[in-house]
Amino acid sequence: MGFIALLIVLALLVFWLIGAYNGLIGLKNQVANAWKQIDVQLKRRHDLIPNLVSTVKGAMQFERETLEAVVAARNQAIKVQQTPGVHVGQTAAAESQLTGALGRLLAVVEAYPDLKATGNVGQLQEELTSTENKIAFARQLYNDTATQYNTKQQQFPTNLVAGMANASPAELWEITNEAERAVPNVDLSFGNTPRTST
Amino acid sequence: MDEPTNLFAQQDANRRRTRWLVVLFIAFFAWLGFGGDWILYELTRGAPPNAYRHAFPWMGMVLTGFAAILAAFSWKTGPTRVLWSAGAREIETPSGDEETRLVNVVEEMAIASGLPRPRIWLIGDTDPNAFATGLDAEHAHIAVTEGLVTLLSRDELQAVIAHEMGHVKNLDVRLMTFLAALVGAVALLSDGVGRMLRGGARVGSFSGGRSRSKKNLGPLVLVLLVLWLLSWLLAPMVTRLLALGVSRKREFLADAMSAQFTRNPLALASALEKIEHADAPTLTIKHGSAHLCIADPLGRKSSLREGKLADIFGTHPPMAIRVAKLKAMGYQEKKRLA
Repeated sequence: MGFIALLIVLALLVFWLIGAYNGLIGLKNQVANAWKQIDVQLKRRHDLIPNLVSTVKGAMQFERETLEAVVAARNQAIKVQQTPGVHVGQTAAAESQLTGALGRLLAVVEAYPDLKATGNVGQLQEELTSTENKIAFARQLYNDTATQYNTKQQQFPTNLVAGMANASPAELWEITNEAERAVPNVDLSFGNTPRTST
Repeated sequence: MDEPTNLFAQQDANRRRTRWLVVLFIAFFAWLGFGGDWILYELTRGAPPNAYRHAFPWMGMVLTGFAAILAAFSWKTGPTRVLWSAGAREIETPSGDEETRLVNVVEEMAIASGLPRPRIWLIGDTDPNAFATGLDAEHAHIAVTEGLVTLLSRDELQAVIAHEMGHVKNLDVRLMTFLAALVGAVALLSDGVGRMLRGGARVGSFSGGRSRSKKNLGPLVLVLLVLWLLSWLLAPMVTRLLALGVSRKREFLADAMSAQFTRNPLALASALEKIEHADAPTLTIKHGSAHLCIADPLGRKSSLREGKLADIFGTHPPMAIRVAKLKAMGYQEKKRLA
């Protein structure tokens, strides 16, 4: 009798162990996947910028600095993205530089009604708004998933399995740049403000 | 962040309910078939040896098989039929600013919800409305009316699309689409059967079916006959009631998921207000798929009320309550940030 009870308890324990382990692995992969989503969107943003710059360059001779800041921030962000083993924090810092520079550029574009009226710029604005939104939402998903993962591996009793599943806390994408938090009224034509919440 | 448990519970419930729907649907048809067989058997039991005796239950077997095929067919073609009945056309490559904006917004919400991008459809109707359909997140469709795209701001459109992505993510779409397909199939069928029954009654009186006295019809057979005929007549109503019953509460959950995806409940609140004030019914969306939409396309009174009766006959919760809940969420967030 006692032997059977012991067997049942043992079986339950094994089932729980498998469940907890697989749960952690599943979340880990979700976090990795969410990060890949961010990566894809960041690349999109980087690819979009040369197009934007060449469109507004002619009309903005006297705003050379703003344009140059955008290009420099973009190049820096690409360099960081391509560094192997880069930390979330480093990427976040580089990208927030770029977000800030883009915000200033679009504020300048706003100041030139002629420029804004060109069809091309309107389309680019929508593209850029959407890209900024996609980055923000990908970041939101990443942070949500990472938080869930982190909570799970710290909570009792899942924390007992965390070592076995090789789980370590995932770094969140924090918004450190106050300017980025406040600025980006990027969209000019549709009355939209891209989300900056985490 | 207590959403996930809700979400998984809702997903499970939707899977379970869809299975039950299949079982009930086939069982109902089995009753229609085998019930008829039974009645015929009782009627012909005392017949003379050379007359027809109904011994082999072919009606039941045919109808059960038919129901199974119909359910499988509804399952397979449900999403396409719903889209077809609304006259939606797919946006494959966006043309024009508004379509580009719509596609971008859907892509953004697909990212926020962590799902693959659904296919996007546009309905040529000036009344603002939207619905999602599909059997799972990998094969989902979102359809919006042209009125919605022109009337709403980018933020509001985003909130509405997020609401639809919520339906996709918690698998509401599976149950609702399947139900819509079944409602359509049964409505069509009962029309045909009604015609057949009327024709059959005429034939019956011709062939002198009255020769047997009514005493031979036991009370059991009579009750059976009445129940059986009633089932045939009520079939379309029952399926429609099912469709009404399932959709009310899930609108609230989808609203909450929209807020989770956009972090902007106030945008959905103002979108819902705009949709409600554009009072014209959405003409292109028919009865059969009304329960799929974000706002009742028929503009029925019962969708405005609360209470038991409205719970049964309305497909949508009162707009005022939805808006109030969203606003409460929005103000909480503002307070937290301040």
